[in-house]
Amino acid sequence: MLTAVRRAGRGMHWYLKQLTGEAKWDDYLDRCRSERLPPVSRREFERHRAEHNENTPGSRCC
Amino acid sequence: MSTVTSPPPRTRGTTTPRSKLVWAAVAAVGAVCWTVLALSRGEEVSALWILFAALASYAIAYRFYARFIAYRVLEVDDTRATPAEKLDNGRDFDVTDRRVLFGHHFAAIAGAGPLVGPVLAAQMGYLPGTIWIIVGVIFAGAVQDMVVLFFSMRRNGKSLGQMVREEIGTIGGIAALIAVFAIMIIILAVLALVVVNALAESPWGVFSIALTIPIALFMGFYLRYLRPGRVMEATAVGVALLLLAIIGGGYVEQMGLDDSLTLSKESLVIALVVYGFVASILPVWMLLTPRDYLSTFMKIGVIVLLAVGLVIARPVLQNEAVTDFAIDGNGPVFAGKLFPFVFITIACGALSGFHALIASGTTPKMVAKESHVRMIGYGGMLMESFVAISALIAACVIDQGLYFAMNSPAGATGGDPAAAAEFIRGLGFTISPADLTQAAASVQEQSLISRTGGAPTLAFGMSLIFTDAFGGGLAAFWYHFAIMFEALFILTAVDAGTRVGRFMLQDTIGNVWPRYADLSWKPASWSASAVVVGLWGYMLYVGVTDPLGGINQLFPLFGISNQLLAAIALCLCVTLMFKHGKAKWVWVPGIALAWDLTTTMTASWQKVFSGDPKIGYFEQRSVYQSALDDGKLLPPATTTDQMHQIITNSTTNGVLQALFALLTLIVVASAIPVWVKAAKRGGLPTTEAPYEPSRLVAPSDFFATKEEKAAVREYEESQRELAGSGGR
Repeated sequence: MLTAVRRAGRGMHWYLKQLTGEAKWDDYLDRCRSERLPPVSRREFERHRAEHNENTPGSRCC
Repeated sequence: MSTVTSPPPRTRGTTTPRSKLVWAAVAAVGAVCWTVLALSRGEEVSALWILFAALASYAIAYRFYARFIAYRVLEVDDTRATPAEKLDNGRDFDVTDRRVLFGHHFAAIAGAGPLVGPVLAAQMGYLPGTIWIIVGVIFAGAVQDMVVLFFSMRRNGKSLGQMVREEIGTIGGIAALIAVFAIMIIILAVLALVVVNALAESPWGVFSIALTIPIALFMGFYLRYLRPGRVMEATAVGVALLLLAIIGGGYVEQMGLDDSLTLSKESLVIALVVYGFVASILPVWMLLTPRDYLSTFMKIGVIVLLAVGLVIARPVLQNEAVTDFAIDGNGPVFAGKLFPFVFITIACGALSGFHALIASGTTPKMVAKESHVRMIGYGGMLMESFVAISALIAACVIDQGLYFAMNSPAGATGGDPAAAAEFIRGLGFTISPADLTQAAASVQEQSLISRTGGAPTLAFGMSLIFTDAFGGGLAAFWYHFAIMFEALFILTAVDAGTRVGRFMLQDTIGNVWPRYADLSWKPASWSASAVVVGLWGYMLYVGVTDPLGGINQLFPLFGISNQLLAAIALCLCVTLMFKHGKAKWVWVPGIALAWDLTTTMTASWQKVFSGDPKIGYFEQRSVYQSALDDGKLLPPATTTDQMHQIITNSTTNGVLQALFALLTLIVVASAIPVWVKAAKRGGLPTTEAPYEPSRLVAPSDFFATKEEKAAVREYEESQRELAGSGGR
């Protein structure tokens, strides 16, 4: 029972992290590690993403 | 090479006895619910019959029809690499987990549309709306979303306009482009009108909605400077502040703010136009992105809450299955008979052309596997349809006297309780003036009379359901919670829509004057924003000041234009079926297109040519014009200025209506020769991107099967090995 709840909680956390795009940073760190490149700071990374969003507005429907 | 692919789809004959039993049970539940809905007349009908009829129908449609479309009609191929896999750049092209993309796509398609339309359509009874929402989504709306998503994905994520131009022709493409832009303006104006009508004379509402701006700004700065990237943290704080803002609104009187926050519709229009302009030129991280997080979370939260609330409260429907207004076409909420007007009043939730823009925009660039178009395109739209059903129920559980008092235009109700009660009696319902005042007091509003636009009605229905389900006498809180929830994502749509409109305008003008297309050139972006805001602001002003009532005048225009956009999208789908040599499956998008064209063209015809001044815009114009020529005033106009206003507005609406229909007909007419040619030759070359093999492994449906899980594990291991050895 408790493990099931914990698993559901972990799943929820994973899902929200993915949905909000927070996980992009982790993905980026993973990629840097596997390609042996030094990662930029998180601030810089997020700036980059925000700049990209600037010119690609996700349209929202009615 | 690790080309482990997901197991092939199970085809006929391999269904287990257990799953046969389960599906038989689902079908039985659906059949019972539909039978009850069809046979109950004049007795108490529980709203749960509608809810479960919907759920059972969705499940069956998803399992059988959507699967058939995916594997037999479209022939999705999981050995083929999707654009996300081929062109992966970690930004727009980005392999995304299917369940996460489902969330993104749903958040993008679901807004205020599926909440407002069903509320207005409740004037015709609960049955027409229920049938159209459920049958429409299964055979039209979800099909459109899925097929457009598939074809766009096969073309590396091309937009709807681009595909129409390349696959149908330049003329059709230009018509589609103009239609998309014009329709967007109308949609923004009508959505903004819904917010204005919900917030006018409501200090509590204005207080909490206004606070969403500083809250979003705070989140924006938090994510930019304080703790970059910690979205969940910032959103949690944001949602908590949002709830405080709603609670705080209840104390505006004690704070002495009620006078300064009681705004007229006209001042709200100015506020919204200024807001729309500023928001569309600010950097997105400041306002748009954080607001989007808030509205996504509110959206999902409220939908879950509403579904749970409905099951606990088990409310009883208060209206008839089919009202006389549906047959006679003389309802006060909007004029026109069941056919065709129920099909254009309920747009989002059953069929929405706007979705085609999203299904051919960001989503196709993120799909991991071709088979995912079924759960994302079809499944996402089923979810939106469920929202529409919930909204319909919320509107149908309200006392009918109150429903019509809230939704009839001010010109009819007179605006005060005694006159409204008299008007309602004329309609054949009873509600006392004291009851009207009492209903408003119960949610701490000054008045509920003629609060048109759907949002207040939905909020009232939701507050009834939540109060019943969760107790605690919090009706006023729930009412304003629901208003906030709607206003929040309408404002997000206004932000994003203005920005999208601005980009379209800059791009189009950029064809003649290249510098104008530079998105970072301030004179271009500011002037383009101003034009877009000016256009929807004008339509909004028309709606707000219309003596005949803005919603009943503009909402049909909104619904028809959205459905005409769907006609353009479905026409593209039909064209591509022919060009891909799939003429035998052309009926799949074909029946949706035929039905959509029948209803919207009939509705357009009536709105333009009807001799009934309540329906036909030009007849309306000439009736008021000739009265004015004779020096007479026709109600509800009380001054010559209002007479002039009605004449101008009717003309504008009529011209727009005719224009939309004409543009759609141009697209269809330019597609027909392509159909004929393609059918004759058994297909034509298309712009589909060539086949490239996929290396990725991912399950194809919401829940992974045992074999799929094993295949994914095997694939992940091989990837790790590759990373371990190949990095050096």
